[in-house]
Amino acid sequence: MNRIHTLFKEKDSRVLSIYFTAGFPNLDDTVPIMEAIQAGGADIIEIGVPYSDPVADGPTIQDSNKIALDNGMSMKLLFEQLRGFRAKIHLPVVLMGYLNPIMQFGMEAFCQKCKEVGVDGLIVPDLPMQQYLEDYKAMFDQYGIVNTFLISPQTSEKRIREIDEKTDGFIYMVSSHAVTGAKTDISEEQVAYFERVAAMNLKNPRLIGFGISDAKTFTSASRFSNGAIIGSAFIKTIKDSENLSERIQTYLQSVVN
Amino acid sequence: MIGVDEKGFYGKFGGAYIPEMLYPNVEELKENYESILASKEFQDEFRGLLKDYVGRPTPLYFASRLSEKYRAKIYLKREDLCHTGAHKVNNTIGQIILAKKLGKKRIIAETGAGQHGVATATVCALMGMECTVYMGEIDIARQRPNVERMKILGATVVPAVSGSKTLKDATNEAMRAWINNPVDTHYIIGSVVGPHPYPEMVARFQSVISEEIKWQLKEKEGRENPDIVIACVGGGSNAAGAFYHYYNTPEVRLVAAEAAGLGVSSGKSAATTALGSPGILHGSKTILMQTEDGQVVEPHSISAGLDYPGIGPVHAHLFDVGRGEFVAVEDKDAMASGIELSKLEGIIPAIESAHALYALNMIEYSKDDVIVVNLSGRGDKDLETYIKWGNY
Ligand SMILES: Cc1ncc(COP(=O)(O)O)c(C=O)c1O
Repeated sequence: MNRIHTLFKEKDSRVLSIYFTAGFPNLDDTVPIMEAIQAGGADIIEIGVPYSDPVADGPTIQDSNKIALDNGMSMKLLFEQLRGFRAKIHLPVVLMGYLNPIMQFGMEAFCQKCKEVGVDGLIVPDLPMQQYLEDYKAMFDQYGIVNTFLISPQTSEKRIREIDEKTDGFIYMVSSHAVTGAKTDISEEQVAYFERVAAMNLKNPRLIGFGISDAKTFTSASRFSNGAIIGSAFIKTIKDSENLSERIQTYLQSVVN
Repeated sequence: MIGVDEKGFYGKFGGAYIPEMLYPNVEELKENYESILASKEFQDEFRGLLKDYVGRPTPLYFASRLSEKYRAKIYLKREDLCHTGAHKVNNTIGQIILAKKLGKKRIIAETGAGQHGVATATVCALMGMECTVYMGEIDIARQRPNVERMKILGATVVPAVSGSKTLKDATNEAMRAWINNPVDTHYIIGSVVGPHPYPEMVARFQSVISEEIKWQLKEKEGRENPDIVIACVGGGSNAAGAFYHYYNTPEVRLVAAEAAGLGVSSGKSAATTALGSPGILHGSKTILMQTEDGQVVEPHSISAGLDYPGIGPVHAHLFDVGRGEFVAVEDKDAMASGIELSKLEGIIPAIESAHALYALNMIEYSKDDVIVVNLSGRGDKDLETYIKWGNY
């Protein structure tokens, strides 16, 4: 069974997913960061594959993408770094990457590699659902890779239901109509949106992403969903850290507890 | 048949590869643009403004001294005489009327050279709409007069400081701004790029160029079809406009001039079809310049309007099926052609358009051939580049 499915079977509230960019702050930090995230008490690890033009991301994650690329990160290198990580990491691992680098790598080769190293799921923000269904779903299924779609406050109920029907990992709720890192507080308008989606009784668990930064926002988001995703705030936390592992664990414990 | 299919593809290229957050905006546009464009009300307003405000039809001018030099019958389609100095305004007029009909209150746009930014700021002033233009920090520095023009027209110019700080990054910023303001804002894309339906919609607004060429050439030559149409390609909107009504007339050769910068293999070039490969850029599948890892490569061209690492999906398709002939023109040759046209015909062209003119040296034709060169813009904005270049 895919680790994502197992996780949500065992835990349906306050699920914490942490995003970081592979190759940031230093080229070889990938696996050490994953270990620290696991030790700090998070539930899902989301690894960003850096891209030159990350249109769905705000300034903090854009910067980390650029630094990672300047450091020499690439898809090939990332898969090399990930080889053997399952000896140390039992958490579900999701890769978040834009479509073009994946296409150049080759979608099938990519899925194969994901399976080989032990990646459980994908988030490809610029892969539209129709294209996924027509071109890639069979391949993802064949390799046992769970695909995740984003929804925003503007996504219609019809479309949310369609996404819920066609996927079986979790649904990534963008918490404001915003690119990552753009807002810091949960507004009344967002609460209305969270409640509206919660009332839809979707089959997939829901994680709220974009704008979650600390124990307070994590707890409020968790009231309306199965948990949340922290990205920009985590990147800021590790940006200038000397002792990455300790810093990550302290931060995560402050969020979880 | 060259044309867009119901899924938004031109052959293998096109589509709408966008984050879900943009889906409602793009869907709204897709669902509505055709019926709005088809309505009499829209057409009356669009045609009226093109005539009285933009100054259309633009002349199809027989360039006799240029013709003598190149030994062919060369006509210039004078888009340089459009209000604001380039073809870009054909599109912004169309899109702002559309935005109004969709009930939008704010306009955002990206710009490279500043021509599309000026054309957008202009129509926003005309319609009394709020306007924000995203422009790479580096382009802001090298296109100062256009930045000031936009400000005089009442627009806010926001520097794009991410990535390479040029047109590609300005486009990223505009997309992010649209994600953050999905309800009341319309994004006026400046070329035949972006997610479906933008490429086709922009091409339809620009298609007035070839619509006019047809009847103007009929008047002058007794025939609607030239032998060759030449246009420069940044994203490809002036070329799409000049080619549009000839896509499916195979006897008309379509020549697209890309920017080779310092030379195709110099590492400082924007010759997309020569150097690029299929991939995704700004929401569509197209040909783009990229590394083996799929990272977008920063292009170079002396003309900011051609300094873009991709081309619109329709041009990728024209290239793919061999319907278009693509040539790559170096900075130095474009500059020489710009100066040549100035001396021969008394017209200082935009450096973008000068790339199309140089293509006359790169293609084969015979002396009876009727050739239309789309003169997409005038050189006023490029005066500083001409001065720095010298050699005139
Ligand atoms: C005069 C002129 N020609 C051509 C272009 C290139 O754009 P496109 O390829 O969309 O026509 C520009 C862009 O700024 C321009 O200003």
